[in-house]
Amino acid sequence: MIHSIPSGTRDVLPDETREVRAITDTLRGVFERHGYGELYTPALEYESVLARSDMAEAQPAYRVFDESGAVLVLRSDMTVPIARVVATRYPTAEPPLRFCYFAHCYRGVQPQRGHPRELLQAGIELIGAPAPQGTAEAITLLCHALDAVELKDYRVGLGDASLFPALMASLNVPEDAKHALLERLVSRDFVGLQAALADSGIGGEAAALLLDVPQRRGGPEVLSDIPTAAHASAMGLRDVHELLEPAVAERVIFDLGLVRNIGYYTGAVFDVYDPELGAPIGGGGRYDELLGRFGRSLPAVGFALKVDRLHIALAGEQRGTGALLLNGAANPTTARGEE
Amino acid sequence: MPPINGLTIAVPRGSLFSGTLDLLAGLGLDTEELRSNDRKLLFEDVGVITMRPSDVPTYVEAGAADLGVTGKDVLLEQAAQVPGEGGREVYELLDLGFGRCTMVLASKAGPDPAHEALRRLGVMRVATKYPRIAARHLEETGRQAEIVEVKGSVELAPLTGMVEAIVDLTATGTTLRENNLIVREEIVVCTARLIANPVSHKLKAAQIDDLLGRLRAAPASVGG
Repeated sequence: MIHSIPSGTRDVLPDETREVRAITDTLRGVFERHGYGELYTPALEYESVLARSDMAEAQPAYRVFDESGAVLVLRSDMTVPIARVVATRYPTAEPPLRFCYFAHCYRGVQPQRGHPRELLQAGIELIGAPAPQGTAEAITLLCHALDAVELKDYRVGLGDASLFPALMASLNVPEDAKHALLERLVSRDFVGLQAALADSGIGGEAAALLLDVPQRRGGPEVLSDIPTAAHASAMGLRDVHELLEPAVAERVIFDLGLVRNIGYYTGAVFDVYDPELGAPIGGGGRYDELLGRFGRSLPAVGFALKVDRLHIALAGEQRGTGALLLNGAANPTTARGEE
Repeated sequence: MPPINGLTIAVPRGSLFSGTLDLLAGLGLDTEELRSNDRKLLFEDVGVITMRPSDVPTYVEAGAADLGVTGKDVLLEQAAQVPGEGGREVYELLDLGFGRCTMVLASKAGPDPAHEALRRLGVMRVATKYPRIAARHLEETGRQAEIVEVKGSVELAPLTGMVEAIVDLTATGTTLRENNLIVREEIVVCTARLIANPVSHKLKAAQIDDLLGRLRAAPASVGG
């Protein structure tokens, strides 16, 4: 008998679980060694509580009523629940606070696009550590964790969510045009950005900068002749970069067009890329205002890796090399009871 | 003849094919085999894969190609309907200028049958190959519509009385005229666009920017 499960969900059987477990065990070891304690939170939360975060992209997609009629949601990420935990369970604890998690999150999907409805995230949150030190610590931990699982060719794209808004503000872009320009950038539409600039009557040097700056990406040289308008954000990125040890720093690609459509990001944002995969393996950034919305105002930074994508990238890098996925991972014969 | 800057490019077969090949030839790519062999799909020597235009965003988003050429109509049809829904995760880098067409709303010549349907029945029926573009346009203009998706000749639908109007792409309007249909509204002008995979856009930034620079400098009608 075939019984179906919802699109975007799947069963994970022992061979795959063994490999995924090896990845998450390695990540957990690195996180714990760096002082990040693992926590669990409920998959179901009150909608009214999570709504404090004012998220744009990771809107909870699944809602149910409980026995008393309250609206519960399935969490769409772990950052907001951890902000709740900090405000509620650590109201007076001396920062910084360090947490890690391995948790399933739930998102809406579009049909036939391979989007997961349920995805396993592995991540950390560093609460109470401001930029640039906190950001540098998070990126360093990210690279140590990826090195530990032996992902070889990954790079970290580093940008600043405040850069483009700051650029628009200092170039006197009219308020009503800002939203349209940012929307084009978030949807990665540079043709549309150029058209929106023309529609808004923005021309000359301002238009050239607003079109050119977010397309700059590469080594530290992209920060060198940055227009004064975006100077503060660019210097923030340079400060982070200067705090990184050489092995981590050389993984970084500056990306001045990196923006997020999740509402809570405020400063540095970063994505993890691997040539084996057409989409980022994970990402993170600063959310210095989120904790304040839950009543304990602290600067914070975090990242989340999509474990399934990391697994695909590792399998891709190891394809044809004969390497077993993670040394400890495979002793399938004993586990299968085939001895 | 190696691929341009080591990049894999998704090339659309159909009406944008020759314009795209001219563009690639202008960048120094040997397009001889592409032009002569219309059965082959994968041209590894020159870093080209060919497919129907509506598949280009799919391959580019997945990273099977670094870059692709497709029509704005395809991108609009596959774009997010509402903010945050998440359209195709690709960069739209350049308006290539060629393949110029207009997305139009058309109906039978004479008194507009859509008007009567809206007035008397409250809803107009619209046949299209672009259900999302059509639905968005009608919603934005405050009309209730029943969208009928068809795969083949859209012109047939209003002639048989199945619908009152169509939304379709037209270059010259000849097919519409031959079927006694007239353009009632122009929705959007569509041209060929260069798109990029978001990871390639970061990891192969120098190669992609070099290609962009050469395209912008080319005498062809590339522009916004």
